Amino acid sequence: MNSALQTIVQDLEKNFASKGSEFHGQASLLVPPGQIVAAAGALRDQHGFGMLAALSAVDYWPQRQPRFHAVYQFKNIPQKLRLEVRVPLDGDEPELASISEIFPNANWHERELWDMFGLHITNHPDLRRILMPEDWAGHPLRKDYPLGYEEVQFTFNFAEIEQRKPRPKE
Amino acid sequence: MTIQQVEITSDELRHLVSSRALEGETMLLNMGPQHPSTHGVLRLLLELDGETVVNCIPDVGYLHTGIEKNIEAKTYEKAETMTDRLDYLNTMGNNLAYCLAVEKLVDLDVPERARVIRVLFTELQRIASHLVWLGTHALDLAAMSVFFYCFNQRERILDIMEMCSGQRMMTTYFRPGGLWRDVPAGFEEAVRAFIDDFPRRVDDYEGLLSKNPIFLDRTKNIGVMTAEEGVAWGITGPSLRGSGLAYDLRKDEPYSGYEQYEFEVPVAKEGDVYARYWVRMQEFRQSLRIVRQALDRLPKGPFRSNNRKFVPPPRAELGTSMEAVIHHFKLWTEGFPAPKASVYVPVESPRGELGVFLEGDGGPKPYRCYWRTPSFVNLQILPKLSKNHLVADLVAIIGSIDIVLGDVDR
Repeated sequence: MNSALQTIVQDLEKNFASKGSEFHGQASLLVPPGQIVAAAGALRDQHGFGMLAALSAVDYWPQRQPRFHAVYQFKNIPQKLRLEVRVPLDGDEPELASISEIFPNANWHERELWDMFGLHITNHPDLRRILMPEDWAGHPLRKDYPLGYEEVQFTFNFAEIEQRKPRPKE
Repeated sequence: MTIQQVEITSDELRHLVSSRALEGETMLLNMGPQHPSTHGVLRLLLELDGETVVNCIPDVGYLHTGIEKNIEAKTYEKAETMTDRLDYLNTMGNNLAYCLAVEKLVDLDVPERARVIRVLFTELQRIASHLVWLGTHALDLAAMSVFFYCFNQRERILDIMEMCSGQRMMTTYFRPGGLWRDVPAGFEEAVRAFIDDFPRRVDDYEGLLSKNPIFLDRTKNIGVMTAEEGVAWGITGPSLRGSGLAYDLRKDEPYSGYEQYEFEVPVAKEGDVYARYWVRMQEFRQSLRIVRQALDRLPKGPFRSNNRKFVPPPRAELGTSMEAVIHHFKLWTEGFPAPKASVYVPVESPRGELGVFLEGDGGPKPYRCYWRTPSFVNLQILPKLSKNHLVADLVAIIGSIDIVLGDVDR
């Protein structure tokens, strides 16, 4: 971690009750869920992180506290810095505040978080499923969602397997 | 032919169109997912006032194949075959991003020869990908012959890839720790023949398009994006460089030895469809420069790491060494473990920043593998760029941001 990034991390640790860490030269910051909008705003306006490079999540099921981590990757283009921000989320139906007013491209990323992980994004302008069909049940990237497979149908058991094939709900 | 107006039946969509659409004043038209100009299975819900686009609502996911979920069920090495299927025009680039992420996670070294060959292939792949973009983009703008010329040349690159990996497209040629095999005899001659011949082909393409009045009419001042907008929307790659910002990860955060090559980052100021076209045309030449340098300095030596805890031993060792048999057995049945940590590795794909977020849990399978794909992020700005343009211009804008639907939907 270089000194410029070090100062930024220390500043955020102080202002947003966060905790910094490092792995292989990559800086990561653990920010409490209530602070993410303010932290994202400070990153953009005070520290020059103008681009939200990526946004995703990790599910730590069966662990409950926290069950999820939302993972943001911010990029400061002029200073060539990258910072990972992780937001721990407790419980099975967690809420996460949208940052799409600060970074407009968070819109689709957050729709993907809702679609794939079932994180309820609050204050989102257009929260619909994005990759799965709108009538899909469940959130596929959760760890308690089975991977699924298709059983091979032979002539002798074609009808039997046809009956129990999974289908989207009516 | 009768045109049937689309009705909005879903309440969730109502707030996305203007109130005029609900009164029937503007027309709602469905474009795609089976439409030749949407470059795959992209569906757009268009609100039109005459031929002018009032609102454009992209609907993606028709090509969603659950690759991220599937990767979680495979070992680190076996999961790599999935990565080819993401952005199928940039298979080597996907392999590279994935291998770099795995290598960073487990601290695995890569021999210099492998690093040079990786750069060489990624740049050839960039040319191949830009050729598909150029061909289809020109085809959308009614220049049909360019399409055939481009695909002709692309085939030569695919032949070189087939020569080395056995596959034209789904290569899986780079592996954690190096390459699958060394390049075969005749490889250097084939690449040299291609790079000696290709510059005059680029001249031909430019001769057909760059000053063609129809092409200029269709591309100048269409879909203008400023650099500030681009950064705010996370746009990367040639689409951002067409707006005047020289942001290229090969220069900014060099990987796989890119800092040792001499090349320029082409930048255009205008930010319109033509600027993005111009940037990509220049990138053909820059990629050729890199390929030539890589070929000239191609060092001798091993093509894959000798770290037997991660890299399976060569077949010949299995007959003589018990240790090799054990390593072979362990690596192919169980795989190698990775620490409980996460890495994010971005590389410059032909479309922009391709990032792999890889998290290990101490076991032999990735706990989470997220793909930050450039097409997914770049596509988001389409509604903004296409506003108040004609439907025909919308087609030009889609072509100019160069999306691959396998990359969008994953």
